[in-house]
Amino acid sequence: MLESIDLTLINWSRAQFALTAMFHWLFVPLTLGLGFMVAFMETIYVKTGDPEWKKLTKFWMKLFGINFAIGVATGIILEFEFGTNWSNYSWFVGDIFGAPLAIEGIMAFFMESTFIAVMFFGWGKVSKKFHLTATWLTAIGANLSALWILVANAWMQNPKGMQFNPDTARNEMISFWNILFSESAVNKFLHTTTSGFVLAALFVMGISCWFLLKKRHILFAKRSIIISSVFGIIASLMLIGTGDSSARDVATTQPMKLAAMEALYTGKTQAPLIAIGLIGDSNDDPVTPESEEDFLFKIEIPNMLSYMAFLNVDAFVPGIKDLVLGNEAHGIMPYNEKIKRGYEAQQALKALKKAQKSDPETYKLIRAQFEDQQWINNYFKYFGYGNYYDPDPEQLEKNAFKLVPSVSLSFYAFHIMVGLGMHFLALFIVVLWLTFKNKIETKRFILWTAVWTIPLAYIASQSGWIVAEVGRQPWVIQDLMPAMSAVSQIDSSSVMITFWLFAITFVALAIAEVRIMVKQINIGPKEGGD
Amino acid sequence: MFETLSHLALQQYWWIIISLLGAFLVFLMFVQGGQTLINTIGKSDIEKTMLINTLGRKWEFTFTTLVTFGGAFFASFPLFYSTSFGGAYWVWMIILFAFVIQAIAYEFRTRQNNVFGPKTYELFLFINGFIGTIFIGTAVATFFTGSPFSVNELNQSRWETPFHGLEAALNLHNLSLGLTVFFLARVLGLLYFMNSIDDESIFTRARKHLLYNAVPFVVFFLTFTIWLMLRDGFAVNPNTEEVFMEPFKYFNNLLTMPIVTILFLGGVVLVLWGIISSLITTNTSGIWFSGTGTILTVFSLLLLAGFNNTAFYPSTHGDMQSSLTIMNASSSHFTLTAMSYVSLLVPFVLGYIWHAWKSINNTKITKDEMSSDDIHIY
Repeated sequence: MLESIDLTLINWSRAQFALTAMFHWLFVPLTLGLGFMVAFMETIYVKTGDPEWKKLTKFWMKLFGINFAIGVATGIILEFEFGTNWSNYSWFVGDIFGAPLAIEGIMAFFMESTFIAVMFFGWGKVSKKFHLTATWLTAIGANLSALWILVANAWMQNPKGMQFNPDTARNEMISFWNILFSESAVNKFLHTTTSGFVLAALFVMGISCWFLLKKRHILFAKRSIIISSVFGIIASLMLIGTGDSSARDVATTQPMKLAAMEALYTGKTQAPLIAIGLIGDSNDDPVTPESEEDFLFKIEIPNMLSYMAFLNVDAFVPGIKDLVLGNEAHGIMPYNEKIKRGYEAQQALKALKKAQKSDPETYKLIRAQFEDQQWINNYFKYFGYGNYYDPDPEQLEKNAFKLVPSVSLSFYAFHIMVGLGMHFLALFIVVLWLTFKNKIETKRFILWTAVWTIPLAYIASQSGWIVAEVGRQPWVIQDLMPAMSAVSQIDSSSVMITFWLFAITFVALAIAEVRIMVKQINIGPKEGGD
Repeated sequence: MFETLSHLALQQYWWIIISLLGAFLVFLMFVQGGQTLINTIGKSDIEKTMLINTLGRKWEFTFTTLVTFGGAFFASFPLFYSTSFGGAYWVWMIILFAFVIQAIAYEFRTRQNNVFGPKTYELFLFINGFIGTIFIGTAVATFFTGSPFSVNELNQSRWETPFHGLEAALNLHNLSLGLTVFFLARVLGLLYFMNSIDDESIFTRARKHLLYNAVPFVVFFLTFTIWLMLRDGFAVNPNTEEVFMEPFKYFNNLLTMPIVTILFLGGVVLVLWGIISSLITTNTSGIWFSGTGTILTVFSLLLLAGFNNTAFYPSTHGDMQSSLTIMNASSSHFTLTAMSYVSLLVPFVLGYIWHAWKSINNTKITKDEMSSDDIHIY
């Protein structure tokens, strides 16, 4: 069964999407946070009339513009790729997934693109107040667009508010609000946007510290440091809080992701959280029935994982093997059972389609099944697992392990993200305190740390998406659709060609963007603002 | 209020919105047309800078309209999105690349250390203008001429040629629309230059080239339209949903829908009047006539493709029944209802775009402004 699937096509399609998404995410977080910081600065300028604040505003606004262009350029690629590379997905869930994309365009993109034009070309042409409003609306528009695409992403991880319609062979929306306000969507939006705020704050703080190291634009730099570190501290606290609630959400909606994040093979009560760890060779990917927990080294926080996941130190956190092989004591159904049930649901759909034309009685009977909530919860719920079915029980058991994501990638990405997040908060506090004490200029070590934390911010941000997206594999729609059945039927060579074309384009754009950005930073803010 | 509408009424409402978005997109492609004329109309560096800056203040509207057109099409007719994007892979990829390079070109062109030099970014703008218009025009023509795909009982689609959409360029009828859009975009671009820039030599040159571009535009437009009126079209039996060929289908659609005919003819007259009035007088409002005319004409053409029991994305590969109609390709009643509420925001969006556009364009671009320190210059 699985042997007949063209893995090359799936892998290249996944690679292309991952490449685009990660490249896009190099630019978006800065836009999300810098927009607000520029708006704060301009607000102070309008309130005080102090031209120094206009200078501040215009310098950061220019960097915002350079960065914004490339975010726009890469965002459209993602939208197209849902159709070009994941066409079966686009049909299977398009009734739900298309709506946020359209709303994003109508509500957010027009707001962004209209007011960014006023922000850049309106100086002197529109009133100060209108200009300031435009700057705020640009920042809000950027974050609104993040809202809708993150709602869409959260829905893929925790599909809600829909029902499968066998006549059209797709999922259809039955509640807009359940999609918009699902716990996953709220967590995802808050956690992701605040991560953008933190990154942008580190960017502004790092560059300002570099000016201090070079003894240039001292007042400018100190003011920027205050704005960014205060913004950074508030954002970091929100980031940690929403990270915590995201973990609880994952524990219930995607237990396999949580197990992979912690490289937890065998479930435990009073499970400890690994603070730092190094995975050994023997439990590397892919996971097999023989895989065992193997750490070369680790430091644990006792009971913390159970508490983090379920707010109860005695709670049982299932491991990878509990999830795959099942654990009766804790009511966990084994994957091979889920696969059988999913297969049954898929067969029911096939039978329905067959009967639709020729046998109205049978059609009616099966159609009723797809309406039956109990059948939905016991069979349709595992629809996607059916792709892993094999009549040979031994092969089926092996296939079940193919539903485990890459453990090392999930584990390291998660721990790098969390560790760096703590470092960021500490750094913001230290820098702000030193600035208030008026000692920041002499602390060269701290200044250099702030400069070198800029790339770390990008690493943490990318790691976050790796946790979210690698950890949920192979699911495109959790439990309902694996990547293999989402992909467009095109030859893998076409995808390979576009992958490399994108890769070359992205490298070229990134080089140009970084060099332009560095040059502008080097030039620094100008008197009078531009 | 939308809940009470029938599924068909919602499908029609959304086809109207898609058609309107498509119509605005073609109008806004004056940016693309203008981009192909920068070296023709701008003879000195400062002139080129003026041309690029006047387009640069508008390119994001076109871009955003394209993105929204895609998103709205996905949300309202997802089967079109999955079938066409997943099937005509190369066409959409080429359009995509043409727009990716546009998005950075304006911002990066004059920045120091931009690695590839201003000429490269100007080339990006040219490529975007050339490919963006011709390919989008050609792709839209397949709404009338059809594409080689099939859709199975699970609504999963397959493209039946290895060229994945590029075969559309071999059809002369498709190409005639591609070239129509290309020359129309150039005409609109010239009219926009004449309207937004206060410079004698640019004005004179733009007017001269207006004639050179208007002639091929009219020729290709007539070729496309006459051919369309004469060809067989993909009709749908509303009771059985069966698709069949009907002689003079699109001409019949015009006869059956007199309002569409009026919009279409009115649009054509306005486009021509915008051109002619700019050629014979020195007034600069041609863009508003031709722009409005473009919107009306494209709008009515798209209505012809989807209304009056017509398949808007026909399948030509033996399996005509795979053709997409606004009935079989649409989202569910619930989703269309939800989206219809969102569509109520559109007038509000148009309102603030209009306000912002006016506040920036209330003074024309001059040479002096290009050396101003206070404003963002591309």
